[in-house]
Amino acid sequence: MSRALGPFAAVLDRDLLLAWRGRADVLVTLAFFVVVVCLFPFGVGAEPNQLRAIAPGVLWVAALLSTLLSLHRLFAQDHVDGTLEQLLLSPEPTVLWVVAKISAHWIATGLPLVVAAPALALLFDVEQSALGVLVLSLALGTPILALLGAVGAALTLGLRGGGMLLALLVLPLFVPVLIFGAGAVDAHLSGSGAQAHLLLLGGGLLGALALAPLACAAALRIAVE
Amino acid sequence: MIKDMDKPERSKSLLRFAAPQMFYPLAGRLAPWFAAAAVIFVGIGIWLGFFVAPTDAQQGEVYRVIYIHVAAAWMSMFVYLLMAFWSAVGLVMNTRLSFIMAQALAPTGAMFCFVALWTGALWGKPTWGAYWVWDARLTSQLLLLFLYLGFMALTRAIEDPRRADKAGAIIALVGAINVPIIYFSVKWWNTLHQGASVSLNKAPSMATTMLVGMLVMAIAAWAYTIAITLWRVRSLILERERHTEWVAAELNALEGKV
Repeated sequence: MSRALGPFAAVLDRDLLLAWRGRADVLVTLAFFVVVVCLFPFGVGAEPNQLRAIAPGVLWVAALLSTLLSLHRLFAQDHVDGTLEQLLLSPEPTVLWVVAKISAHWIATGLPLVVAAPALALLFDVEQSALGVLVLSLALGTPILALLGAVGAALTLGLRGGGMLLALLVLPLFVPVLIFGAGAVDAHLSGSGAQAHLLLLGGGLLGALALAPLACAAALRIAVE
Repeated sequence: MIKDMDKPERSKSLLRFAAPQMFYPLAGRLAPWFAAAAVIFVGIGIWLGFFVAPTDAQQGEVYRVIYIHVAAAWMSMFVYLLMAFWSAVGLVMNTRLSFIMAQALAPTGAMFCFVALWTGALWGKPTWGAYWVWDARLTSQLLLLFLYLGFMALTRAIEDPRRADKAGAIIALVGAINVPIIYFSVKWWNTLHQGASVSLNKAPSMATTMLVGMLVMAIAAWAYTIAITLWRVRSLILERERHTEWVAAELNALEGKV
């Protein structure tokens, strides 16, 4: 057990340390999230009922876009300095350290969004009882975004104009997560209960955790080949 | 691998056509037949649909757009499945022709997707009073178009053809797994948000001529897809194999003809 977890923990530690040392980058993702959310009232007007109605969707779309913007950093640095090739050459299973890298990436960029979301929801006058559902839906949903996005990041690694291409590749795949994530909060607010949405998100997370790292590992091998 | 290409085996196995050099002339021979079939079936289908089939009791003449719309919508989905199939074959067997096949199919699939959306909008305006509604089928068709565009953009953005082939195959397969998830999520979202939405279901009983006309148009769409894909495969083969002797000879022969 510990032997299998050794490389996982090593890569996780390393990536978290790198994220900590370069925390300005991480904070930019969070700041982007906050700014995008704050732009919406200027666009649609500050009418409280309207803001309350669009809040879950706005928070979720903003979370999705900040995830997208941070994705290119997932493998780019390691690709440039050759770490990625060394990892691929190592005898450790690729899927294992790919999951470690994605986990570290989510802890650095996804988790702050989850933590910041309730405060932003208050700006939209969302009912306090719904904040828990919002946090839970983001906590289940943003890892799916990171896992799916990692496949796209690996496929577009080192390409010119990779950022726009990455958006085109992964945004259509994000749609179900967006539907169930924002839907969970809406369902809670409308009184029908968020359980079904959250269960589906949890199922999606398990499915993505099982399949996406395989596709990601294959894509990384192709990119470095 | 390259040695095998220079001396194609004269085996009777159909697998010999997996070599681009062998498939190129075969595609050239088959494509005109399928193109001719497409023209004939489109002729019959249009004639049946626009002159023989009766006017719909509820929708009037507007319904006749289905003869193009339904065939295009079916085809756009089949082509994605085919693309995913050839991508899987390519990844498993490592045959270059399979990847070429997938890439040759993509523009046709995207075209049918666009045609289905466009004709759907033209149908929607007089029937529902809006060019677009966020109905489950329309929305998932739109996302399918995005998946096609993503596949084409990725395969064209990568310069190394081997990497482009495999990267495209992976995104095609990831997309294929996601298509049903997207469809059902959009469907559920739609029912939650819109309540009783506009139903796309046609009248329960359909006149036989209408059905026959639609099927003929679907066959025409198949024939068109096969013909245009074979031609596109030929161009892609020539582009990929341009350094080989047989392509040089082929191009010289073509120039001689002109």
